[in-house]
Amino acid sequence: MLRKIAVPLGAVLVFLVFWEWLVWVNGWPNYKMASPSDLIPAYAKFWDLFLIYGWQTLWRTVAGLLLAIIVGVAIGMVMGLSKTVRDGLYPLLVGFNAIPKATVVPVVALMFVGAHDMNTILIAFMISFFPIAVSISIGLSTLEPEYRDILRSLGASRFTIFRKIALPKTLPEFFGALKVAVTLAFIGTNLMEIVEPHGKGLGHLFDSGKISADYPLMFAVLIALAVLGILLYYVVVLLEQIFAGWAERAET
Amino acid sequence: MVAAKRPSFGPCTLSILSSILTDTIALDSVTHAYDTESGKLPVLNDLSIKVAQNAFTAVVGPSGCGKSTLTRLIAGLMRPDEGTVWLAGEQVRSPRSTVGMAFQNPVLLEWRTILDNVLLPLEIVKNSLSRSQREARAKDLLALVGLAGFEDKRPSELSGGMRQRASLCRALVHNPDVLILDEPFGALDAFTREDLWQAMHDLRRQEPFTALLITHDLRESIFLADEVVVLSGRPATAQYVLSVDIDPTNGSHRTLDDLYTPGASEMLATLREQIRIAQGDAPKAAPGGN
Repeated sequence: MLRKIAVPLGAVLVFLVFWEWLVWVNGWPNYKMASPSDLIPAYAKFWDLFLIYGWQTLWRTVAGLLLAIIVGVAIGMVMGLSKTVRDGLYPLLVGFNAIPKATVVPVVALMFVGAHDMNTILIAFMISFFPIAVSISIGLSTLEPEYRDILRSLGASRFTIFRKIALPKTLPEFFGALKVAVTLAFIGTNLMEIVEPHGKGLGHLFDSGKISADYPLMFAVLIALAVLGILLYYVVVLLEQIFAGWAERAET
Repeated sequence: MVAAKRPSFGPCTLSILSSILTDTIALDSVTHAYDTESGKLPVLNDLSIKVAQNAFTAVVGPSGCGKSTLTRLIAGLMRPDEGTVWLAGEQVRSPRSTVGMAFQNPVLLEWRTILDNVLLPLEIVKNSLSRSQREARAKDLLALVGLAGFEDKRPSELSGGMRQRASLCRALVHNPDVLILDEPFGALDAFTREDLWQAMHDLRRQEPFTALLITHDLRESIFLADEVVVLSGRPATAQYVLSVDIDPTNGSHRTLDDLYTPGASEMLATLREQIRIAQGDAPKAAPGGN
């Protein structure tokens, strides 16, 4: 248990020391590359703003992610259970996913002028639902027929088969996709906050740093985003261990 | 040796009726074809098989001759194009809970313990057992196949043979009248397979059931079954029926030694010959050939 925390923590420390050394040895000014020691005053100066804006970014990302889970699972389910729907929806989904979301941001911002929270959540959702939908649909469509037959031969209904077999069997794939979706949702939230500034979230703080030429602040925001990303990622890992821990083989 | 008999139906409708009512499994002139891109692919042609109550019938035949189709028809997962399937005197139109199935792939649910896997059918089939009664029943079965103490393990912690044993317990836990076995021992190594043959006999002695076993292993068919049906090549029909006549050397039940008696060798030779015919090679047709 100690090893599990100490090893990654040690790696982070080594990374910070390496970063500091790299900046020092090259003599980079902080507008080229801020060093970890530049970040401490930035955090100290704007700590209250980091808490307020960090919370705004976090809750909107989580809301977008929840929406992505609901819609992604629903789309994945219909695609996984019906080949016709799958054939019809796949090109649409792939095409939609291929559109760079940075280009969608102004469109969405114009569509719902002023509804900043909704816009941000919408972009976080749009960028992160695809892997969830694909993983659920693949998980359901690749279910071996024997799994269905053992229950169907006893007269079980389609719903019972779905609940007792298809759903638990897809959980590991779902959590795999959710880990990807978590980080994508953060990218979505910040895209909105930075590209269409509306005075909210860590993206806004980043933008302020840019305008006022406070380069250490910009780096501090990036690190804060990384920390939030790690936090949310490990929440997903924890949920995975609770609900799909069986898929992890014991170390031998 | 028993002569080949093609069950012939026709004027003697009364005898059919009586056999349908007394036999546990009865396939009556079943014909079935699959739709493929290049038209209809007939798999079963006028196939009739009867299995009496508590009898064990093995079905052998060339690969791809429709043996698995047969299991799906009996289980009610499919309906035949023509002919009828009867289970205990009732026409099979849909799946019924009086059937237990086991496949070559044990298909255990990895997120459940072995005990919960065995209990699965009891969650589907209506029954009046309490939770503790169900568990007691499942544990008894697991002990019978030598899996006592493995109840709380996950399938991934068990060997292939142990998983197949658990899958047999799951097929039997709801006391089915009919057990359908689709090559359940096919993927196992020879020693494990022979162990499981013994386990099968033990289970049958403990609680009788009617069984239909699909297999590619002729020794397995005569060791386990009372009757072996040889299917012809596709579209399959019952080409030959062999009544297995083994006098257990140790008196009470069959052992592996019984497979190495002259009588057993003779039965195996007959079956091999029939399989050759089913595969389309007339025995010793070309002089010096094959």
